[in-house]
Amino acid sequence: MSRLTAEGLTLAYDQRTIAEHLSVAIPDHSFTVIVGPNACGKSTLLRALSRMLKPAAGAVLLDGQAISSLPAKQVARTLGLLPQSSVAPDGITVADLVARGRYPHQGLLRQWSAEDERIVQESMAATGVAGLADRYVDELSGGQRQRVWIAMALAQQTPLFLLDEPTTYLDIQHQIEVLDLCATLHEEQGRTLVAVLHDLNQAARYATHLIAMKDGEVIAEGAPSDIVTADLVGRVFGIECRIIDDPESGTPLVVPAARRPREAAAAASATAAATAGP
Amino acid sequence: MHARVKPDGSGTPGRPGESTAAGPRSGAPAGRRTRVVRTAGGLSLRLDLRAVLSGALLLAVAVAATVALIGSGDYPMTPSEVLTTLTGGGTTGQEFIVHELRLPRVLVGLLVGAAFGIAGAAFQAVSRNPLGSPDMLGLSQGASVGALVVIVWFHGEPRTVAAGAVVGGVITGLAIFLLAWKRGVHGYRFVLVGIGTAAMLYAVVLYLLTKSTLYDAARATLWMTGSLSGRDWSQVGPLAAVCAVLVPVALLCARPLRMLEMGDDAAAALGVRTERVRITVLLVAVVLVAAGTAAAGPISFVALTAPQLARRLTRAPGPNLLPAALMGAALLVGADWAAQRLFGADQLPVGVLTGVLGGGYLLWLLVAERKAGRV
Repeated sequence: MSRLTAEGLTLAYDQRTIAEHLSVAIPDHSFTVIVGPNACGKSTLLRALSRMLKPAAGAVLLDGQAISSLPAKQVARTLGLLPQSSVAPDGITVADLVARGRYPHQGLLRQWSAEDERIVQESMAATGVAGLADRYVDELSGGQRQRVWIAMALAQQTPLFLLDEPTTYLDIQHQIEVLDLCATLHEEQGRTLVAVLHDLNQAARYATHLIAMKDGEVIAEGAPSDIVTADLVGRVFGIECRIIDDPESGTPLVVPAARRPREAAAAASATAAATAGP
Repeated sequence: MHARVKPDGSGTPGRPGESTAAGPRSGAPAGRRTRVVRTAGGLSLRLDLRAVLSGALLLAVAVAATVALIGSGDYPMTPSEVLTTLTGGGTTGQEFIVHELRLPRVLVGLLVGAAFGIAGAAFQAVSRNPLGSPDMLGLSQGASVGALVVIVWFHGEPRTVAAGAVVGGVITGLAIFLLAWKRGVHGYRFVLVGIGTAAMLYAVVLYLLTKSTLYDAARATLWMTGSLSGRDWSQVGPLAAVCAVLVPVALLCARPLRMLEMGDDAAAALGVRTERVRITVLLVAVVLVAAGTAAAGPISFVALTAPQLARRLTRAPGPNLLPAALMGAALLVGADWAAQRLFGADQLPVGVLTGVLGGGYLLWLLVAERKAGRV
């Protein structure tokens, strides 16, 4: 079953078409990760799924209805998004920022219910930022800040949660911290997560469902252990590699082929030039 | 309805150097002191104590300045005389002076200040720039062109001049809007288009001045300085009507506007219709500025400074629309009082004083931002 699907999408910025006839279905309760080389359209697809980008053709369906036709706040109660870049307002505290995640549940007369308060507390606890509640967001580290943004999206209480490159600009320690947090949210709270990641090995380790894209097309999708092969990595990323079992998790681990020594490469290209010559 | 008021939030162990108010945390997520009001009917409000206190303070200042301003002039009155007269207990002479001469002037000052303050806050929020206020982005210049066309070409009476200012301001607002529009309004683009428009319109103002007679030029210059002197009830009525309709509309947009601070994607993800909010807020601000300018001239720097000063007073994130309105009103009436009293017999148009204050504010902003490492 899939609550979130895309059918026959054509995605374009101005005149530049990124993808055509793109269809995907996000399996419910999965941790889906979209991978692919730069400019393959993975972030564009995520933007379309999260209604940040209006498709030129086709439709994104949420529970069978076109997402663009649904009231904005109603969508925001079902589908959350961690954008690639957000701006923390000047002088805002962690608790106040996380509280903003409650916006789609609030109204002019219902601005701060007891439930809002409880869920904000829970979201901060789940992301490990409860101790930072009174700190100013702009004095936190990059990893802490990202967890605060995730806490804000959690406070939105959406069964579907989309993350656009949540680990970019973070060092390895914070990358793992954020991905572990995502895995916990997926396992313990049963939320459906969709993330765009750059690192193929991290994707293979954390994803339950992998979507590999290239040039605006889905090349393969499925469980990482089923679809990650040397052939697929070659086709999608254009690199030679070996796939071994990750000694930690048993998931596929991509080991790129070592660079050939300079002389060998030069000899190879010389031979190639000679055979291709007139 | 059963109402329950519960104190909530307490310590602010925030930035080093700030005093930390001690107190047990009562499960409140807010680091700021807040008070939550909930009723059985499902109504729930969260009030930021500092923002509420700031608002009360500004209101008090505005009222004090109002009383002082009404009391000053060729026939001075004590504050208690002013209050007695306002509540209907004055002599016939006092009644006339207060109700016919001085009260309309003060009311125009309060309304224009509030309109400029709220419009400035809205513009700065949409442009994401503390300098992105209507007087910087061409609206005041557009209104000036409208007014000057009436003065220089048609030698029109004050009421026609005011109409010209409204038309000029609104057309300029729409033009900036259309020029800056590219799949939505974007802060940076909006600021650049506005500054360009302001420069061009100022050239038109200068051209009109060179083509005018000495008498018209003097009239035009006085109008452009911005003044509250000689304002009567005919200016209060329309301005009050515009404010009564548009200020609530702006305040209704305050919550989504606050979300926009976090970037379009973050706001849209929370269910904010980003473009709709921006367009509504800008239209409201344009009309408020046009109406205010028509009544008192393009009084400089109020729209620029009031929101920033209000923000520094409340220390609350967000556009602070209501505090900005109160700050604008207090600032303008206070400046008018100072312009009348501080320079002896030489009464200045209020625009001169706000100009000086605004320039000082810009320098201070530069120093403050530099200390914070942002410039």
